[in-house]
Amino acid sequence: MFRRSMKMPAIGGLIAAALLLCVQTAAQGQDKSIVVASTTSTQDSGLFGYLLPIVKQRLGITVKVLAQGTGQALDTARRGDADVVFVHAKSAEMKFLAEGQGVKRYPVMYNDFVLIGPKGDPAGVKGNEIVPALKTLKAKAMPFISRGDRSGTNIAELALWKVAGIDIDHDKGRWYKAIGQGMGAALNMASASNAYVLSDRGTWLAFKNRGDLAILVEGDKRLFNQYGVMLVNPAKHPDVKQDLGQQFIDWLISPEGQRAIADYRINGQQLFYPNADDPNA
Amino acid sequence: MGDFTEAARTAAHLIVGLDAELRAIVLLSLGVSLTASVCAFVVGAPLGTALAVYRFRGRGALIVIANALLGLPPVVVGLAVYLLLSRSGPLGSFGILFTPTAMVIAQALLGTPIMVALVHRMMVDVWADYGGALQVDGASRLRAMVPIMSIGRDGLLTAFLAAFGRAIAEVGAILIVGGNIRGYTRTMTTAIALETSKGDLSFALALGIILIILSMLVSGLTLLVGRALTIR
Repeated sequence: MFRRSMKMPAIGGLIAAALLLCVQTAAQGQDKSIVVASTTSTQDSGLFGYLLPIVKQRLGITVKVLAQGTGQALDTARRGDADVVFVHAKSAEMKFLAEGQGVKRYPVMYNDFVLIGPKGDPAGVKGNEIVPALKTLKAKAMPFISRGDRSGTNIAELALWKVAGIDIDHDKGRWYKAIGQGMGAALNMASASNAYVLSDRGTWLAFKNRGDLAILVEGDKRLFNQYGVMLVNPAKHPDVKQDLGQQFIDWLISPEGQRAIADYRINGQQLFYPNADDPNA
Repeated sequence: MGDFTEAARTAAHLIVGLDAELRAIVLLSLGVSLTASVCAFVVGAPLGTALAVYRFRGRGALIVIANALLGLPPVVVGLAVYLLLSRSGPLGSFGILFTPTAMVIAQALLGTPIMVALVHRMMVDVWADYGGALQVDGASRLRAMVPIMSIGRDGLLTAFLAAFGRAIAEVGAILIVGGNIRGYTRTMTTAIALETSKGDLSFALALGIILIILSMLVSGLTLLVGRALTIR
């Protein structure tokens, strides 16, 4: 009986070895790598899956992407847990800069938001103007899924309600469901319940569980969706990998990086349009 | 049913094809969850046994706490570990947030109360049956713990499997502290969550099927080990 207890030290050794291995792999992963806090749209649309191998090949940098909503991504950076943020809500980005959390904001690319809904369009909102569409949805109390997670898409949606003259916080009824989840989850829910939902076009194009959903409103310039990239301020967060982060940013806005973004397509359709040369973007 | 048959077919393809990315994800899942549950075992088995063997003030409170923590939501553990390991947190200087190490820590914290509570429950009976005899033989309570754990090793294995099951199945904690980074901290469960959000439901389900097969393999192996120990 006592001999069996001799196994304990052996097990202890095994654990120590396993832990060591873990720490070691962690350390290995750290050289020439940066953490980029970004949005679910850049990941779910497959853009990063396409871009990052190119970055690895050209710059030798391993980019570790955290796909969060814009609000959460900026918060992650505020804690110093990311080197670069790559998000899409200019108002939130300017606030981040004003707090001294970011060094400089560079516009990178844009795509657009689209209003998704049941193919049959029971509310009759199909068209190319978002404001009357939202007014109709509200008037008819059609089921609407909101991200409700301070993501870039959520911020854009809330701003659009405001433009439509609707105080959504006050006027929302049971038809309006803020689910506090990512774009994919919101689309899954809309697909399962035949609801309307605002999505970025990239995620929609890559989304596979569409069910009866289709694009109903697109092409309004109010649906413009700009992406920006910023280095997290090393003066505030000394652990930020300044050189590698800036190299990544410089590549994204270089002619080569911009071309790579333009080249990303799903079924021949371009998802993002580079515009690093537009100072007002 | 179409979704399920398609998922089963996809799962079969994935297993036969031995996709390199999938293999890395599977190995990371197993590595993280096994390491975490072994850590939970090393801490929890002696602690649970001690709670059965010793009588001291506050023992009842510890047992209640261990049992209450069985219901600890993984998200809460993940959040707590995140705040500790964040660059702005007390342990931020180690730089282990968004690494497999952080995931092991979170899952070990989740598994430890399971070990403590289950081991305590099983060892109470073993102690009742053998404790008196061991003490008559002149063993102190500390010395008695080793034979008690040896007699109750079936229970220890069961508790280990419960802790492992909790670890391999959870997504809430590792998603927060690992970040679901492709090729680095993406595991079976975080990949399933991701594929679901991309609307690829049958692929997500296929990954789920593979996860169940893995769990069965680990349980089977553990039980075989247990049997081998018993026969000898």
